Amino acid sequence: MAVTLKINGENRSVDADDETPLLWVLRDDLRLTGTKFGCGIAQCGACTVHVNGQPRRACVTPLSMLEGADVTTIEGLEGREAEAVRAAWAEYDTPQCGYCQSGQIMTAAALLQRTPQPSDEEIDDALAGNICRCATYVRIRKAVKAAGEKLEG
Amino acid sequence: MTLSRNSSSTITATRRDVLAGAAGLVVAVTLPVKSRAQGAGDATFAPNAFIRVTPDNIITVLSKHIEFGQGPLTGLATLVAEEMDADWAQIRAEHAPSNPALYGHPDFGMQITGGSASIATSYDVMRKAGAAARALLVAAAAKSWGVPADEITVAKGVLSHASGKQGTFGDFAQAAAGETLTGEPALKSPDQFIYIGNENLRKLDTADKSTGAAVYTLDIFRDGMLTAVVAHPKRFGATVASFDDAATRAVVGVVDVVQVSAGVAVLAENTYAALKGRKALVVEWDDSAAETRHTDAILAEYEAAAKQRGVVAHQTGDADGALAGAETVLEAEYLFPYLAHAPMEPLDAVIERSADGGVEAWLGSQGTTIDHQVIAGVCGLDMGQVKLNVMLAGGSFGRRAQPTSHLAQEAAEIFMAAGGDKPIKLMWTREDDIRGGYYRPVTAHRLRGGLDANGDIVAWEQTVAGQSFAAGTPFEPFMVQNGIDGTMIEGASETPYAMANTVVSAHMINNPVSTLWWRSVGHTHTGYAVECFIDELLDAGGKDAVAGRLALMSDSYARLAGTLREVADIAGWGRTMPEGRALGVASVKSFNSYVSQVAEVSIEDGAPRVHKVWCAVDCGVPVNPEVIRAQMEGGIGYALSAILFNEITFDDSGAIEQSNFHDYRSLRIGEMPEIEVAIIKSSEAPTGVGEPGVPPLGPAVANAVRKLTGKTPRRLPMIRNDYQA
Ligand code: FES
Ligand code: FES
Repeated sequence: MAVTLKINGENRSVDADDETPLLWVLRDDLRLTGTKFGCGIAQCGACTVHVNGQPRRACVTPLSMLEGADVTTIEGLEGREAEAVRAAWAEYDTPQCGYCQSGQIMTAAALLQRTPQPSDEEIDDALAGNICRCATYVRIRKAVKAAGEKLEG
Repeated sequence: MTLSRNSSSTITATRRDVLAGAAGLVVAVTLPVKSRAQGAGDATFAPNAFIRVTPDNIITVLSKHIEFGQGPLTGLATLVAEEMDADWAQIRAEHAPSNPALYGHPDFGMQITGGSASIATSYDVMRKAGAAARALLVAAAAKSWGVPADEITVAKGVLSHASGKQGTFGDFAQAAAGETLTGEPALKSPDQFIYIGNENLRKLDTADKSTGAAVYTLDIFRDGMLTAVVAHPKRFGATVASFDDAATRAVVGVVDVVQVSAGVAVLAENTYAALKGRKALVVEWDDSAAETRHTDAILAEYEAAAKQRGVVAHQTGDADGALAGAETVLEAEYLFPYLAHAPMEPLDAVIERSADGGVEAWLGSQGTTIDHQVIAGVCGLDMGQVKLNVMLAGGSFGRRAQPTSHLAQEAAEIFMAAGGDKPIKLMWTREDDIRGGYYRPVTAHRLRGGLDANGDIVAWEQTVAGQSFAAGTPFEPFMVQNGIDGTMIEGASETPYAMANTVVSAHMINNPVSTLWWRSVGHTHTGYAVECFIDELLDAGGKDAVAGRLALMSDSYARLAGTLREVADIAGWGRTMPEGRALGVASVKSFNSYVSQVAEVSIEDGAPRVHKVWCAVDCGVPVNPEVIRAQMEGGIGYALSAILFNEITFDDSGAIEQSNFHDYRSLRIGEMPEIEVAIIKSSEAPTGVGEPGVPPLGPAVANAVRKLTGKTPRRLPMIRNDYQA
């Protein structure tokens, strides 16, 4: 079944088994490989994208749910919050292996859109679903904080 | 396959591979560079195997070590940039291709990343490479300007002469390729360093890792590529008896089903179809040679063995006599579970037929030379016909280097079984990863210690029982001696503490469960057992944990003592703690780096909660201080996850019980302690930081838990036990 949806601002039609998780549509069909596979069961957050502005686990979001949806991936993430997050990520040299970082950044940007100056607790809550096996958490926390402060300033 | 020390002769790589492996890389193989530098046809200046300078003024450093977060791309580039006097903005880094002759380990001849050795084995090599490149560029400028070379200065990638002449490295890249180096250029002294030790230097790969642009193995797509997933057995040692693939083949997109030595592979046009096809597959397993015991039975076997003396690995004085005569004898057993590494990117590999009949592979290849050999072997090719691209990897923690190269083997077997002509991407799911073995081995330690009437330690007996992951692999000759795998007892056979009467022995008991090095290897358990038990002995003898350790540390551990003093200082050791909080300390030397940590712990909801960790590290000259701090932070988080939560267990039939992050829990951001890292100033040669942050964390936490509850957690993970403060 062909599903039409908007990916990073562009209308795309995808013809695939409608049970196919968005993750594999993005990666296999659209070759948007910045969205990562880490668990496949909504446990790790590596596959986080924005669907209609909300962070979502692409690995458990079937194509059938996405007719007409507006999907943003790490490749298309733009705007003040995204810029502030990326600048802070650079300042704190946050990534290690980097594999979880697309998901971390997607979640962090969504948090800042909702809550421009999050507390440590709000950061921990928002990012609780994003595992980093390299344990870059200390820097993620600092970088999200710094990004929030920059947005205010 | 045999590999022995200095045996690059057993590794057959030809010069042709080198050129096939990296276009434009033209070689002066060994450093110091005496030979004539050469340029590739495209005006690239390649003074040696590690550096390329192009006319666009970009310097590319080729890393002989794989990047999976521990920082070698940045680290090795720092060393080159330093000696070249380059501008950091013009530096790029990429992986060197597989080529043992060029990029092999100085002792083993193999190209491999491990033992936290990347910086240690690159410090001289990469600086010399940089200095040679600089000298050739200066020589080219001197010739072009008609001035003596020693009148030319270099700063931030710009060559200058007092006459006002100026040029960039890029300007002279082509001319430098025609220059010849005479003698060995002098290296900078540490007071001249501008990049080594620079706090403001930022990593080279952060930007690409923040935009989704960084390319990992899973991100490789080739024309006509099939994605393969494999049905693996649930029990170790099981083999395929038969399988029924009718339902699998009926799945739209499934192209083929093939049997390989590790299981049954489903190949499909896309990932979803491959996964769906695997779900529909029915495999009968032959368990006749499988491990069918519960993990408790395995542990009990090791525990029983540890009660008897094993093969003696270290002995001083008369431990048995001293124990018999001691005023007080303490005894403790520590039990360690199987641990999966669970790197964020599950294992994967891509392989395809090349136009010339060889194959090309893409792989997060950590045991690069072995992977290369295994792929060649399975495909019936010479190593020279295989091009292996080392890819950025989403973590490893030891998992991506296996003495057997089972992953490369699986990929190559699938490729060949499917006809040897279609590009294949092998993808492991998280379930494959958690259930895939190559675990940190189960280990049992039994310790006995004797105190005299003054509370001084007079005897120390430690017995280790565990499994060797080197036995039966090409690594056995280096790693197993007198029936003991050295990694089982590293950190126990030699401790920091000068004690008169000691005996350390080990039992090597193998079973079909595949095991492997896991970030910090033997120190994951020896560090815990030694540092918990010394703490208990000091406590029983009425001694302070820091002062008592310092008093016992031998002269050869002066640098460890330095980190202990420093960490005690920054943590405020000895201060009065808030109600319900306690500090614990531990010090471990591993991989020639010295790390001490203090953990602040409380008991919350019946389990330990770590609030803050102070860490002091002495790793010689700190090449990239921010990378060192990040590795300590990461090592602490990785260790904490394991000691609090993680174990792989088998049920009564030997089937693995865990499968994904819901039951093999990873530390999450809210559980990450605050961390403060102090780096000891040092002019010693640099040593690694990827692993040494791990070992002290467990015992530091455990020692704090003992203060809070009266009991050391003796069996890991800690959440097995119930804690009452
Ligand atoms: S891959 Fe989707 S949450 Fe892990
Ligand atoms: S940076 Fe490696 S998993 Fe997060």
